[in-house]
Amino acid sequence: MEDKRPAFRHILSMADLSPEDVEFIFQTTDRFREVGGRAIKKVPALRGKTVINLFFENSTRTRTSFEIAGKRLSADVINISKSGSSVAKGETLLDTAKNLEAMAPDVIVVRHPSSGAPQALTRILQARVINAGDGEHEHPTQALLDLLTIRDHKKKIAGLHVGIVGDIAHSRVARSNILGLTKLGAKVTVVGPKSLIPKEIVSYGVSVSHRFAEVIEDLDVIMMLRIQTERHERLPFPDLREYSRFFGLNLQILKKAKKDVVIMHPGPVNRGVEIAPEVADGPFSLILDQVKNGVAVRMALLYLLGGAETAAKVEE
Amino acid sequence: MKETLIKNVRIFDPTLRIDQKGDLRISGGKIAEFGSKVSTSKDAEVVEGKGRLLTPGFIDLHSHLRDPGFEHKEDIESGTRSAAAGGFTTVCCMANTKPVNDEASVTRYILERAAAKASVKVWPIGAISVGLEGKRLAGLGELKEAGCVAVSDDGMTLMDSQLMRLAMDYAKGFEIPVITHCIDANLSHLGAMNEGVVSCKMGIRGIPNEAEDVIVARDIFLSRLTDARLHVAHVSTAGSVELIRRAKAEGLPVTGEGAPHHFTLTDEACLNYDTHAKMCPPLRSEADREAVRRGLADGTLDCIATDHAPHAIVDKEVEFDQAAFGIIGFETAFPLAYRLVEEGVLTLEKLIPLMTSKPLAVLGKSYRGLKEGAPADLTLIDLDAAWTYQAAEGFSKSRNTPFEGWKFKGKVIGTWVEGKKVF
Repeated sequence: MEDKRPAFRHILSMADLSPEDVEFIFQTTDRFREVGGRAIKKVPALRGKTVINLFFENSTRTRTSFEIAGKRLSADVINISKSGSSVAKGETLLDTAKNLEAMAPDVIVVRHPSSGAPQALTRILQARVINAGDGEHEHPTQALLDLLTIRDHKKKIAGLHVGIVGDIAHSRVARSNILGLTKLGAKVTVVGPKSLIPKEIVSYGVSVSHRFAEVIEDLDVIMMLRIQTERHERLPFPDLREYSRFFGLNLQILKKAKKDVVIMHPGPVNRGVEIAPEVADGPFSLILDQVKNGVAVRMALLYLLGGAETAAKVEE
Repeated sequence: MKETLIKNVRIFDPTLRIDQKGDLRISGGKIAEFGSKVSTSKDAEVVEGKGRLLTPGFIDLHSHLRDPGFEHKEDIESGTRSAAAGGFTTVCCMANTKPVNDEASVTRYILERAAAKASVKVWPIGAISVGLEGKRLAGLGELKEAGCVAVSDDGMTLMDSQLMRLAMDYAKGFEIPVITHCIDANLSHLGAMNEGVVSCKMGIRGIPNEAEDVIVARDIFLSRLTDARLHVAHVSTAGSVELIRRAKAEGLPVTGEGAPHHFTLTDEACLNYDTHAKMCPPLRSEADREAVRRGLADGTLDCIATDHAPHAIVDKEVEFDQAAFGIIGFETAFPLAYRLVEEGVLTLEKLIPLMTSKPLAVLGKSYRGLKEGAPADLTLIDLDAAWTYQAAEGFSKSRNTPFEGWKFKGKVIGTWVEGKKVF
């Protein structure tokens, strides 16, 4: 394997990655995909390296995915969550990070309820930082695994029409995917009630629709977002029933879609709200492919940030 | 007190149409005489002015001295030293202290503290509502009697329109100006910066311009209803500049102020989640910045006010959405304002009244300026000095500024309050 150095030091935002960077990440991912299918699911690539998963918000998928990715690369993976840490004692984010830094980790994977928290860490840390979701800002590793999943199934990204449906205003997944998809040449339409779509979203070069039923027939990919009731003190729509009626994906509205449409959801799914169970479990659904690809993409990222550079140095 | 002779300066008070080279003599805390032939006693202290600009002392209608209650951020001593270094000889301090300045005893504390410790004159602004809670009127009459020059719930918007109407009616009866901080608390709920392309990109909840505009409009209408003197604090949107312009055209007793950060920066300064660019009202768009500049140039906005708002490191070195609103501003106010002159937005003749005579007019106070017999509140400025701002070299206890390391032209090099050199 010929190693080249990544052009990026951290993974904070899809805005920072060029199409070439994304391609490079996917090529690296391809090298790790088959590891998950082996009987012994481990390679020594990051042996002796330390990865800290610093999670200030609840997470099942992303945290587990990063943990498995790190362990399959033989890194030492430490998980820190808000409830079991000094954060619960009032320590600030920067203090926590500085103290962890003193223990010399190679990569810190951070999820935080405040937008921009990972950026703040990069200003004080030597370690590489991966943004595993910051507030309502971005979730770049989710976008990378989504892009990869689309490419796996459609063999391309450029020219596809992708609909992102739901709470665009408060979704970090939407923001990262919009950046990634438009960068790679896809057409993106965001769909949702007007109260969930900021008017500035058009500055990303996307189309906007408030009528799911009118745009669904033109979509190659439908990306459903979770309705994040925890982010709203006051629901920006009347109730979940009405939301589901106009913006939910069920078998009835799906009949209007293209025959080869694929359906994605970053999870966790609110079954019966944004997506009907029959659709989530149906033949068009790529939800579990997304999860599977998540591990491979994160292995690639941990490898590129935590190990590739050292490997390159050894070769010099 | 010894006499002081400030020699060889450009004596400049555009409000009184004074612009002449010469000397100025201070005696007994007052301007004794000025001109080309100034007599002096032998033991007078002589300051060589080297042809620099001598203006009336600056007056700031809007600051937070944090005393009592938040002395770890600032106190009357440190805050007024910083003000003196910025060329201010009088600063008004907002009521959001702890306890809130909502009764005469707190006003008296501030004034006593100022008499003992302050470098410059301190004019307290009382609260409109008890505890700034927006529920019932504070004792506005007693606050005025104790020395408050205006009332304001600055930091909180009085959302109850009926209470605001009552406050304005009542304040009018006592001839107290009402200063309004305009951000609709419901519209701006959870907002941490201007709502726009930048907030959308950053994933930070926005405060739309309309959160300010609707309250400015409401309060202008209430001023029409009550005939009360209304002063709109830190105007940040093109919409509210226009609303004030129309109110003035109608002849309503409405005035407004612009803050240096709002006529200098836009919300792009928040990129990279810089909490030193987080203030309320927030930094707005280029069009809004332009509107504030135009408002100052055409007289729609009456004065430049700093909204000096010190915060401790722990209030700012946190996540953007968690960080406190506000920046320090005394020592950067003049150099930022002077950029407007350098950029051709204002003439120096227009700028100086915005920081001297016009804020006094807002408060309904008479202006004395550079007159023989007037108090010797003076500011000496080197307009050619090129310098780099470092908050650590300043006098505030806090260092929360987005202007760290900025290169400026124009520096305050001396300040006198009633003849006493305070900087």
